[in-house]
Amino acid sequence: MSEGLSPLVSMIDIQKSFGHVDVLKGVNFEVGGNEIVGLVGDNGAGKSTLIKLLTGVYQPDGGEIYFKNERITIHSVDRSRELGIETVYQERALSEQQTLWRNIFMGREKLARLGFLKVDEQRKETERILREEMGFTSKAISTDSIVKYLSGGEKQGIAIGRALHFNADLIILDEPTMGLSLAETKKVLDFIANIRTRGKSAIFISHNIYYVYPVADRFVILDRGSIAGNFRKSEISQDDLVEKMVKLAQTGTME
Amino acid sequence: MVRTARARQLRLELSILGVFFGIFILFFIGDPSTFSRFDIYYSFMSTIPFSGIMALAITYVIIAGEMDLSFPSIMGFSGWVFAKLCNVFVNSGMNPDLTIIICTLCCFITGIIGGTLNGALVVKVRIPSLVATIGTMFFWRGLVNVCGQGFGETLVPVNETFLFKVFVGRIGGVLPAQALWMLFLTAGFWIVLKRHRFGSHVLIVGDNVESARMMGIRVSRVKMAVFMQMGFFASLAGILASLEVTYLWPSMGEGYLLRTLAAVFVGGTSVFGGMGTIFGTFIGAIIIGSLEGGIVAMGLTGFWTQLIYGVIIVVSLSIYSVFMRRE
Repeated sequence: MSEGLSPLVSMIDIQKSFGHVDVLKGVNFEVGGNEIVGLVGDNGAGKSTLIKLLTGVYQPDGGEIYFKNERITIHSVDRSRELGIETVYQERALSEQQTLWRNIFMGREKLARLGFLKVDEQRKETERILREEMGFTSKAISTDSIVKYLSGGEKQGIAIGRALHFNADLIILDEPTMGLSLAETKKVLDFIANIRTRGKSAIFISHNIYYVYPVADRFVILDRGSIAGNFRKSEISQDDLVEKMVKLAQTGTME
Repeated sequence: MVRTARARQLRLELSILGVFFGIFILFFIGDPSTFSRFDIYYSFMSTIPFSGIMALAITYVIIAGEMDLSFPSIMGFSGWVFAKLCNVFVNSGMNPDLTIIICTLCCFITGIIGGTLNGALVVKVRIPSLVATIGTMFFWRGLVNVCGQGFGETLVPVNETFLFKVFVGRIGGVLPAQALWMLFLTAGFWIVLKRHRFGSHVLIVGDNVESARMMGIRVSRVKMAVFMQMGFFASLAGILASLEVTYLWPSMGEGYLLRTLAAVFVGGTSVFGGMGTIFGTFIGAIIIGSLEGGIVAMGLTGFWTQLIYGVIIVVSLSIYSVFMRRE
């Protein structure tokens, strides 16, 4: 977290087990205001479980969650969205056959009388989100474009743009670059950097440190249910971080 | 240029119009004298709306990613309720004008109950709609048979009423009112699909239930509403079809199922959900509805009808598939 500021989210001594398997063993995790945290670790380290506690998919067995200095329980996905936590899953939250303007406003339509849509307003707003907020420059994309025909990176951009537009304070990106080409990954990383520019926070979950390093402010390494490391970007170089991760995978410790 | 919804829609609707004009050109060549006179169009206008209105309603069901096979039976049963009550009330001395109003409401309620049952089976009991509505299809048809014991009901007692004229009267002596109903409903379905939150939700739910749910759309409610409106419009079709001939046949609706679905698919709506066109369904309903009359007028026997239906469906679907493919 950024010093002197109270964190946006803090999770204290979080425990979670499924049956006899302890997936999270007393994890302390924080995200500061206007901070992008890279959450890295091997498969099965507990990254997904940790964020599912934030998005209301699972409930913790022990520990406390604070959001904006208030102790909270996140009992449902809707509740987490109400709080301003939004998850961007690859291609899962978009309606593929529909236009961009329908996608941006899905579930949160701008309504005129009798439930009719303010289509012009939605189009205009979508155009603004595309060009100004997200920095889409391609003339090929319009508010009337069908999502299905966008590239993977562009789809991610739309999902991130939508979350930002609706004032999510914390955006959770779960492997947002998975399966994307290098060029597309670059686009997604730019969109993520945009989250900071807009004054919001994000958790960026990935295996790939080379993608996380350039955009994150801090790195939290999760290993078999515990925090194995927590570094600010100024404290560690990309190579050192990679080296620590490799050592961790090989020997089970970073030293 | 990333393909836009407008471009996709335009392309699809132009190919549907192409099929439509193709067929009517064939009709003209086949029998110029019949097709240059008003009579055959009059006949089309009086018969097509019954399945046409149901085709509009089932388009929403299909866009929402569901199926309903029971609407012809719901049409039959709610139509029977309508006709039976008309006779009961008029025989007990009620004014026919009042009778038909009350019976119409009862008929609508019956249709909505039928739709609600389908919706509940799909949403609450979680039976896939294709299967659930096979069940309700037999159920409602069976109910007509049991209640009516195979007898029809005359509707002559209400054929002088105001509402009768509203439903199936002849405007200016030539234009069947049901044709106007269908036009009006086409416009309504079109606007709601494109410009209303409900239409938007139907599209989104049919496209990807998971993402709809994640974005806070109440999927169960949308699906429920889609089945309920189907039931409602099936009951309206039941009233129109029985009033048109002032008689209720207990078999009313049988034979409408595949023709109605054919109208939707010839109209270019995707069987996968998430996409559909009301304009297409409107044209599709005219194509399917005019084939039988057209075939007979061209001097072929009725035996040809099914064969030609088959050809038209396969050919038009192939045309759309080819035209819709990305260049």
